[in-house]
Amino acid sequence: MELVEAIVLSVLAASTPLLIAATGELVTERSGVLNLGVEGMMIVGAACGFGGAWLTGSIFVGALFGIVAGTLMSLIFALMALGLAVNQVATGLALTILGVGLSGLIGAGFVGERITPAAHLHIPGLTDVPLVGRVLFGEDAFVYFSLALIIGVWWFLYRTRAGLILRACGDNHVSAHALGYPVLRIRTLAVMFGGACAGLAGAYLPLAYTPFFIPGMTAGRGWIALALVVFASWRPGRLVIGAYLFGAVTILQLHAQGWGVGIPSQFMSALPYLATVIVLVLLSRARTGGSTAPAALGTVFVPDR
Amino acid sequence: MRKSLLALATGLLLAGSIGAASAADKLKVGFIYLGPIGDLGWTYQHELARQALVKELGDKIETTYLENVPEGPDAERAIEQLVRAGNKLIFTTSFGYMDPTLKVAKKYPNVHFEHATGYKRDKNMSTYSAKWYQGRYIQGLIAAKMSKSGVLGYIGSFPIPEVVSGINATILAAQTINPNIKVKIIWANTWFDPGKEADAAKALIDQGADVIMQHTDSPAAMQIASERGKFAFGQDSEMIKFGPKTQLTSILDTWAPYYIERVKAELDGTWKSEDSWGGLDSHMFAMAPYTNMPDDVKKIAEDAQAAITAGKLHPFKCPVVGQDGKEIECKGGANLADGQILGMNFYVKGIDDKLPGK
Repeated sequence: MELVEAIVLSVLAASTPLLIAATGELVTERSGVLNLGVEGMMIVGAACGFGGAWLTGSIFVGALFGIVAGTLMSLIFALMALGLAVNQVATGLALTILGVGLSGLIGAGFVGERITPAAHLHIPGLTDVPLVGRVLFGEDAFVYFSLALIIGVWWFLYRTRAGLILRACGDNHVSAHALGYPVLRIRTLAVMFGGACAGLAGAYLPLAYTPFFIPGMTAGRGWIALALVVFASWRPGRLVIGAYLFGAVTILQLHAQGWGVGIPSQFMSALPYLATVIVLVLLSRARTGGSTAPAALGTVFVPDR
Repeated sequence: MRKSLLALATGLLLAGSIGAASAADKLKVGFIYLGPIGDLGWTYQHELARQALVKELGDKIETTYLENVPEGPDAERAIEQLVRAGNKLIFTTSFGYMDPTLKVAKKYPNVHFEHATGYKRDKNMSTYSAKWYQGRYIQGLIAAKMSKSGVLGYIGSFPIPEVVSGINATILAAQTINPNIKVKIIWANTWFDPGKEADAAKALIDQGADVIMQHTDSPAAMQIASERGKFAFGQDSEMIKFGPKTQLTSILDTWAPYYIERVKAELDGTWKSEDSWGGLDSHMFAMAPYTNMPDDVKKIAEDAQAAITAGKLHPFKCPVVGQDGKEIECKGGANLADGQILGMNFYVKGIDDKLPGK
């Protein structure tokens, strides 16, 4: 039973950076912008987040550094893809390559340094409840924040006027523009939100997951976040399921190997991606009127003046 | 205006060619790295050796490195890029660069190549590696002594012979201390992903392992073992910073002497294709200080190290028994032959797990 608790704890920790980054990208894509630079923004967030925490000794400051760094990275994207109407796919890929290089440069000064990782919540009594205590009341702040974030995003997208306008920009920017909404400004804000989330997700890695910085430590998690948004068919609820499912498969396949279950580990590693492909196929088969993807996703918009 | 620009351009061109001429006097040596130079593990050790090389022969050579080069076909372009940039001796520092290196070597017979940990050679392509399994054997002795649960946790990268021989050497050594020792093996299917390595370490500890050994590159597993109050071995480089009370020892890659020797040979014009496979005796690797263990365990480790260095102890001394209970054919006299170790694709008896792909 303790093992179950340990596994759930590992799953939550592994899923959280994916959930945070994917939440940001979901909002960005819902506004009609495809930013493939998540990996780049994450790794810069990781470098700056660690730097901030290492210099000040505060995890909170580190997280803020990560958020700011991710936002600044996303502003480069916004300038290129929205301001100058450059191809979004190319810009996003360039942003990733830039980020990987830049993070190595930023992080060069503190490779090999250690920090104390983010503290875990401890409520006497509650945290000590067997099986569920540590899962519910013993996580670090990032885990709780990630859940609050996705609930907040759901509420924003479906229960507020601003959210409706953002979705309108993503589905038909010409109409939104005709109605007088500042499409590019809204999209810029959405891109910045995506950057902030990616930066925070990146910062989670050196601040809570493995408390040191190493270049390339995001190891493709930004790409998984992108895949998750598609897996979730751009819906916050499914995103939570997807992120935890992905985390669970990742962790369970490690345990399965330890137990000596005879399934090849390579196959287990590929499972989550296979699931994404299957979901995509199912979605396209079951489509009833209209696409699940934001209709204007990835298309350039230049307002006529 | 146009004329002065043209003059300027000509001037720059001239300056450029002069710069190239003076650089051409120096031997250009290139390096292909798998990870970032700051990985604190595998690539970092190659980078340290490159720096030592520059320190020793810096007035005669010019070095270039490309980091983060993925294994597989992509590497071919990176290697060719170094060739076109005028490098005459190129070190490709990971197993997965084997075929790409060979391909480029065939294409450029006048350039010399050094491939780490592979087994394919050519007139102008050498291989070099270290007998890390000797170090793994010492670690196996220590692990069996230090483990209270009798379960060791092993994080593997890919099931290639180098990693498999390491696992076998570890368990063979551990069995001499505790015949019932168990080992749990998790393949990360990556050389470098700190998050995944940490998750693997967590899973192993959650399943009862109390000594963690790794054949992946980051200090993440060491960090987790330290957090959970278990023991661990470093990999490739000194990792005691990440587990001051955790690291028992670490296998340290020390490539500098080899790199200096090979570059000197190239400078003298005596370079020829070779297969270098050195162990503790030829200083291809070293053991980090034995820490966090009682004196008697330390003594066992030191004695084993001395015996291996002197050639008195061989980790794969015959008979070696495979998982099926059958003895492995002994092709090297008293021990398994080098070729059998370099191509090892079986688990020894006592490992109750299945080797992937078998």
